[in-house]
Amino acid sequence: MSSVLDVVLSSAFLAAALRIATPYLLAALGGLVAERAGISNIALEGQMLSAACTGALVAGYSGSVTVGALCGVAVATLLGVLLAALRLELGADAIIAGIGLNLLASGGTAYAVYSLLDDKGGTSGLKSGSLPTVTLPGVENVPVLGDVVSGQNMVTWLAFLAAPFVAWLFYRTRFGFHLRAVGEMPDAAASVGIAVRRVQYTGLALSGALAGLAGVFLSMGYVSFFVRDMTAGRGFIALAAVFLGGMRPWGVFLAALGFGAAEALAVQLGSLDVPPQLVSTIPYAMTLVALALYAWRRKRRGRVVPTAASL
Amino acid sequence: MNEPWGEDGPAVAARQVTKTYANGVRAVRAVDLEVPPGEIRAVVGENGAGKSTLMKMFYGLEQPSTGEILVGGRPRVLRGPASAIALGVGMVHQNLMLVPSFTIAQNVVLGVEPGRRGLVDPKAAVETTARLAEESGLTVDPKARVDEVSVGMRQRTEILKALHRQARVLILDEPTAVLTPQESEDLFAAVRRLRDGGMTVLFISHKLREVREISDQVSVMRAGALVGTIATADATERSLASMMVGRDMSLDVDRTPARPTDTTLRVRGLRYEAPTGQSLHGLDFDVAAGEIVGVAGIEGNGQSELAEILAGLRRPTTGTVHIDGTDTAGLDVAGHRRAGIGYVPEDRLHNGAALDASIADNLVVDRHERPPLARHGVLHPGAVRAHAEQLIDQYAIRTPDPSVPVRALSGGNMQKVIVARELSAQPSLLIASQVTRGVDIGAMRFMYERLVDARDTGAAVLLISADLTELLALSDRLLVLKDGRLVARFDDTTGLTEKRVGLYMLGVEEHDRGRLTTGLENVGEEAP
Ligand SMILES: Nc1ncnc2c1ncn2[C@@H]1O[C@H](COP(=O)(O)OP(=O)(O)OP(=O)(O)O)[C@@H](O)[C@H]1O
Ligand SMILES: [Mg+2]
Repeated sequence: MSSVLDVVLSSAFLAAALRIATPYLLAALGGLVAERAGISNIALEGQMLSAACTGALVAGYSGSVTVGALCGVAVATLLGVLLAALRLELGADAIIAGIGLNLLASGGTAYAVYSLLDDKGGTSGLKSGSLPTVTLPGVENVPVLGDVVSGQNMVTWLAFLAAPFVAWLFYRTRFGFHLRAVGEMPDAAASVGIAVRRVQYTGLALSGALAGLAGVFLSMGYVSFFVRDMTAGRGFIALAAVFLGGMRPWGVFLAALGFGAAEALAVQLGSLDVPPQLVSTIPYAMTLVALALYAWRRKRRGRVVPTAASL
Repeated sequence: MNEPWGEDGPAVAARQVTKTYANGVRAVRAVDLEVPPGEIRAVVGENGAGKSTLMKMFYGLEQPSTGEILVGGRPRVLRGPASAIALGVGMVHQNLMLVPSFTIAQNVVLGVEPGRRGLVDPKAAVETTARLAEESGLTVDPKARVDEVSVGMRQRTEILKALHRQARVLILDEPTAVLTPQESEDLFAAVRRLRDGGMTVLFISHKLREVREISDQVSVMRAGALVGTIATADATERSLASMMVGRDMSLDVDRTPARPTDTTLRVRGLRYEAPTGQSLHGLDFDVAAGEIVGVAGIEGNGQSELAEILAGLRRPTTGTVHIDGTDTAGLDVAGHRRAGIGYVPEDRLHNGAALDASIADNLVVDRHERPPLARHGVLHPGAVRAHAEQLIDQYAIRTPDPSVPVRALSGGNMQKVIVARELSAQPSLLIASQVTRGVDIGAMRFMYERLVDARDTGAAVLLISADLTELLALSDRLLVLKDGRLVARFDDTTGLTEKRVGLYMLGVEEHDRGRLTTGLENVGEEAP
């Protein structure tokens, strides 16, 4: 047991936790923006995947990591707008449309990779490089802290800045103010002359962009190639973090960080003498437990839960 | 910020305005209406007469099919609320339009927030709200969350919203339907002050007494058309009523003395710990078959909780409820219904009807599994339709067809659908919460008659209402709730005055426990 503690307290573990939490943080904050705009972004998973694939491919062919990353984020943003359009223009159910987009992304990325590279697994044959890391002169040499934060990928830094950014957006800006009103009471927002649809489109675009950044990190930071279905359910776990975090920026931040830490733990335990099948279920099991806890707490806090009306 | 108004002429006007909804309902027909600046104009009419529709056209929420809308003396094309707001028109909707998790100040400034470069200045929002409240006399707590304040304060928030947009015309669509008498008084005082400051006010209400009290002139609508405008000084409640319905009608209810028989509802030691809202602290009372028992009280003193417990929507913490001798503990809602309970909820929009389902479907939800509507578990669409047509006819629900979704009905007609369903089930106990809220006087009278009929055919009726006039007109016995306790019981309501009951409602006087429990069997010895 003491070996587990040693692992958890090591700076290598903490550094890994931050790195692993990065896609969760970005995707969860993206999910939060969409949720608060009144449209659930079930398509986080597909947006991440598309961004990861586009990023790796474009970077590989153009030779520019920057162009690749920008294209990846742009594709995810467009998918966010597409989801909003399906919901708002065609009246599609956001959940169904989101599932559709996820399936499309999964199939579409696999097809793109196969037809371009003749490889069914991923883009490991393509040299696409990864996004730069940030070393902080000075901090670098501080014990523990230096090992943990310095040398992290720039996207990890962005992920940690995303939480204060979203909080600022929600509670300080006019746009965030309108976004929250639109998500909660669209009729009330419309009756004071707010352009409800425009706000929702913008919110979903931002949501897609954040998910896109998460995806780009997976294929151009975490590793430097795209693997088929490499998101592995992270978009859905991020969605769980949205609710677990009480739909507030800092709550979601903590929840996503928690999921990241859990996964980091699973990875580290893999090196110990624990069955790997069991270990790899940790993040998912934790999601379930967390959601159950969340529901239980809400019930206890005394929201009136009327007995089911069974007429 | 406002667009310019013309030099003179009416503040708002309609010229030959007709509105036909997409489903073919012609809600407003060739209406000519002019309201001069600085006047309080009441608009009255039966449910579905087209009042709200006309107001929505002034506010840009609906566009006229033909004819033109004038604001500030000039013809205008209002594409949406934003263009109406820019012209200085503000509207308080029949169903309030506030964001529940926002504070009052945030709701007031929403859409025109103070602050620079895309940022919101929360301090300025609070200050602006406090200043507007101060100037207009509409007291609110700017920092309180909307979902935690009274309906009256929400209403005032809506008006402040309009003031913050520098409204010169204020449309109030049934603002008093959910207010207590005191809150209504305060609202009127504020509205008068606004009028004296030059505001033009359009005021819709079904309470003719209020109309006479507040307005300068009254316009009467019937079936989409404007039948006339008269000075309030020349109007009586009776003359207005006959203009509205097109014939003379009496407003009094004939009620023979009750002939109560056996106890139908027996409530003993009922306690309820409310997570939010009012708790109940040990209620004991009976309601017999063949009597109407009224429950008076200022809103929020436990009436809603009591009604929902009796209907099976909430479970009491301790205590017993018996219907015709059956203990209702452990029964679900369907079980409560099978035990003979009918329930007209106060919040008809959320608990009473499935808004997107048709009228016909809403009328059968409690009996769709039984003959004649269904055989062997299969519905007969013909029978469902016939059933609906019969009730629509009996209860004068204004609709072109039973297949219309309930959402497309006017406020009062939605209420009638629910009352029709509950009363036609012939319950042995009917719980009626604010039955006449938002319905027109014709329908009100009709519902009064139905309640008395239900009583005379042997139902026990528990009538919960915020309207003392209604309670005194209908109740054979009266109970008063205050802070979740019974504080008074009147076994004879003849000669009882609103003022006297008011003293108990406010807690100035109280009956002792002996009087409250006389004649009740099996009352536990409990300290109040
Ligand atoms: N969105 C809608 N679509 C179709 N028909 C509608 C719609 N809104 C209202 N109507 C119909 O238009 C008519 C007028 O409705 P309106 O709401 O203007 O009545 P009202 O005078 O305000 O009645 P109330 O006193 O009950 O509120 C009604 O017959 C109603 O069924
Ligand atoms: Mg109306």
